[in-house]
Amino acid sequence: MDIKQYIDSGILELYVAGKLSDAENLEVYKLSVENPEILSEIISIENAILELTKTASPKTTYNFSPIKAKISISEDKKVIDINNKGSNWSQYLGWAATVLFAIGLFWMYNQNESLKSELEVVIQENEKLEQQISESNTSLEKSKELLATLRDKNISVIPLGGQAVSPTSFAKAYWNTEQQKLYIDAQGLPEPPNGFVYQVWSLKLDPLTPTSIGLLNDFNGDENKVFTLNNPNANGSEAFGITLEPDGGSKAPNLEQLYTLGVVSPS
Amino acid sequence: MQLEQIVERFQSKDPRAFEKLHSMYAENICGVINTIVRNDLIAEEICQDVFVKAWNNADKYNTSKGRFFTWMLNIARNAAIDELRSKSHKQQKKNLSVEYFVDIAEDTKTTEFTVDKKRLKSLIINLKEKCIKIIDLLYFKGYTQKEASEELNIPVGTVKTRNRSCISQLRENMSN
Repeated sequence: MDIKQYIDSGILELYVAGKLSDAENLEVYKLSVENPEILSEIISIENAILELTKTASPKTTYNFSPIKAKISISEDKKVIDINNKGSNWSQYLGWAATVLFAIGLFWMYNQNESLKSELEVVIQENEKLEQQISESNTSLEKSKELLATLRDKNISVIPLGGQAVSPTSFAKAYWNTEQQKLYIDAQGLPEPPNGFVYQVWSLKLDPLTPTSIGLLNDFNGDENKVFTLNNPNANGSEAFGITLEPDGGSKAPNLEQLYTLGVVSPS
Repeated sequence: MQLEQIVERFQSKDPRAFEKLHSMYAENICGVINTIVRNDLIAEEICQDVFVKAWNNADKYNTSKGRFFTWMLNIARNAAIDELRSKSHKQQKKNLSVEYFVDIAEDTKTTEFTVDKKRLKSLIINLKEKCIKIIDLLYFKGYTQKEASEELNIPVGTVKTRNRSCISQLRENMSN
């Protein structure tokens, strides 16, 4: 910035006259702080005006005391004002309102936070319920499927009665000869002990020839206790038996642990 | 102590700082008022009121208002012009003169109003009439740049530059 040009523009004379806007005044002030040259020019201009205005002043002694008397009166009044409790109520009210407002703000913030967490919980519950519904739907589908399977016209029902080791046990075999499927309803069997599994056998009676059809795996986990097995023995099965075998099953049935047995009735 | 510090103390209601400012500017402020009201006694009275007013409004002053003296000058001008417009003044002085302040130097009739004519003459010696007019309008009568340009029938920009050269001449006269 060209300081000389700035000074020559005449802006500082207008500054001293009080003819600039607030923004311009601030700008001049800022520049005067930064540039001693500008400040000294302002002071010179001011001095010229001071000199000129002084010539017109009334020739008297400029005593401060009458002014001092006037301002101390107004100061006294102010002191009285401060002591006058009634006059400060608006100030207190203002502060009280501010405090109340702050408390209110804080309270609303807390309300908002707790509502948010409640909403979160509700959303989670909702998700759980939706999952349950979908699980129920799946379960219903399965049940319908099972019912349809058992109602098939090709199904033979073979009740398997409890044997010596567990006389109260029972089971039912649903044998679809066409699809070579065997459905075992094992609801009536006790839960197998740890390390053991039920094994289903197809039997020919004369001579007694057992053939393993499969294991009732995950007995405890299966809710409806209906197991689907393949029975490729076609019409060769004359009876079905279920024995308790060590995990993984056995090659030959342990007849001492024969839980249920049922004979296929000739059709 | 620097002027800024004195003004700061004045703003925090330090009566001693105020007294200092009064001693610095009372003559000038009263002088400006006197050029407007043209009566020593009235001018003194208004002058006191102006200082009381400044004290009561001390917190309103800030650097965006310009120099401290400029701020005071503004209060003084307004107070003096208010007095001129007031009824009591009109009754006292029916014929308000619209003369320029320098006419005072030549004025021989007025007795209510004393001026350091000698000093004034030495200050405005060789100042052209257009200079006297522009200084009077801007500093004593409180005209804005635009108002002065209309009054003097010159472009607004010229007000600024002409005022600069007139004040420069005044400064030269001061040092002589």
